[in-house]
Amino acid sequence: MSEVKFSKEHEWITLEGDVATIGITKHATEMLGDIVFAELPEKGSNVEKDGTAGVVESTKAASDVYTPVSGEVVDTNQAIVDDPSKINEDPEGSAWFFKLKMKDQSEMDSLMNKEEYDNFAKESAS
Amino acid sequence: MEIKKTSLNKLHQSNNAKFVEFAGYEMPIQYSKGIIEEHKFTRSHSGIFDVSHMGQLFIYGDESLTEELEKIFPLDLKNLKQNCSKYSFLMNEDAGIYDDLIITKIHEGYLIILNAACKDKDFEILSNLLGSKFKMNLDNNRSLIAIQGPKSVEILNSIINGVDQLNFMTGNWFDSDNQKLFVTRSGYTGEDGFEISISNDKAEKFVENLIKKGAQLIGLGARDTLRLEAGLCLYGHELDINKTPVEANLRWAISKSRLSNGGFIGSKIIMNQMQNGANQIRVGIKPEGRLIAREKTKIFDDTDTQIGEITSGTFGPSINGPIAMGYVNKEFSKVDTKILLEVRGKKHPANVCALPFYKKNYVKGVN
Repeated sequence: MSEVKFSKEHEWITLEGDVATIGITKHATEMLGDIVFAELPEKGSNVEKDGTAGVVESTKAASDVYTPVSGEVVDTNQAIVDDPSKINEDPEGSAWFFKLKMKDQSEMDSLMNKEEYDNFAKESAS
Repeated sequence: MEIKKTSLNKLHQSNNAKFVEFAGYEMPIQYSKGIIEEHKFTRSHSGIFDVSHMGQLFIYGDESLTEELEKIFPLDLKNLKQNCSKYSFLMNEDAGIYDDLIITKIHEGYLIILNAACKDKDFEILSNLLGSKFKMNLDNNRSLIAIQGPKSVEILNSIINGVDQLNFMTGNWFDSDNQKLFVTRSGYTGEDGFEISISNDKAEKFVENLIKKGAQLIGLGARDTLRLEAGLCLYGHELDINKTPVEANLRWAISKSRLSNGGFIGSKIIMNQMQNGANQIRVGIKPEGRLIAREKTKIFDDTDTQIGEITSGTFGPSINGPIAMGYVNKEFSKVDTKILLEVRGKKHPANVCALPFYKKNYVKGVN
């Protein structure tokens, strides 16, 4: 599996072959608070880099989930739809959102590595 | 304008509050445990709420003040016993609501608790209506602390002996730590609890004592989910100048004895709507599944006609599901009516339901 990469919209992404797994970062869940609703893209649909690909809602507000790369949705994580609190518990592990069959793997190049993202998150939080 | 802070601001900070601006005040939206934990703690134990941003208006006067206030509020104040509280509204001639409030008859006159965002305007309106005959004091030197939840009576009584003898919607002056506190058994969470009016310089120590006894600070986020589960209105959402108490389904708050002769501001519209009904009514709404319908969500019938709008919507932690309130045309206001909510461009099924979502635990008969 590839190195974990991060987007400015606070998504994480890993790549295995040509299938990317995408979720939201721990930092994002800390900003959102208790997550009580998740909506995921439909399997078989196509999503475009930086486009919306889902929604999460906390007790306070709704936030869009973006996809950091383009591709066809090949799998979604029903467990987080059934129990959204899992997203707060394990955002960067078992609570992944969706898997995409990527069209253009070079889209990964512009994303941040862990160190870059941690700095970005620290700055955007202050 | 500079943001205002309550006397508990430092205490909020030291308890890791996340702050928001609310009605010109820097207020805690939540602490480190988060809204759901705070909500559940209030329901099972005892939560402390800083509601010092709300207005505490003392109006001093005798029987003639009661007469004047009856020209304003739809209440039977003549027969209201001393130290008893009523929920009411300040209205315009069209029965539009300027503010909702709690009014308590006290030895010296009346104490009215007003919403933070409305209090200055309320003061102006009431000053104009009452003239200079009665001394009025919108007291900025006092803080207001709410303690809510089943353990609150035990905790508060260990600090202010005797509060356990208060019935729901009554209050009294108490002596504690060499000062006078006004305590009412009331609140806005659907739980048994109290509101304590205390001088600013004593508030922090008082709250620290409550924390030592096992209560915890709770933010405005959980206050909102708690009041929504209890089916209670929030000014600026369910209530505003374009809504009447009858439309807001608050008929119970209008004294029956005032409906035959009227004589209060907005009485013509109120009496007409009480008899003939209102066109739009506030209802409880339960979306199917886990969908959350926020404020301003449009409500439709099955023919694609808009029939109303959501005024508050969230996830109810004790209900463990989404809940909302909103206004619908009266023919859709019956419990179990199927309606559709438009969220992110799609229509989702929901049902009109009875309020409250969460059953109350108020203490009615201590004495």
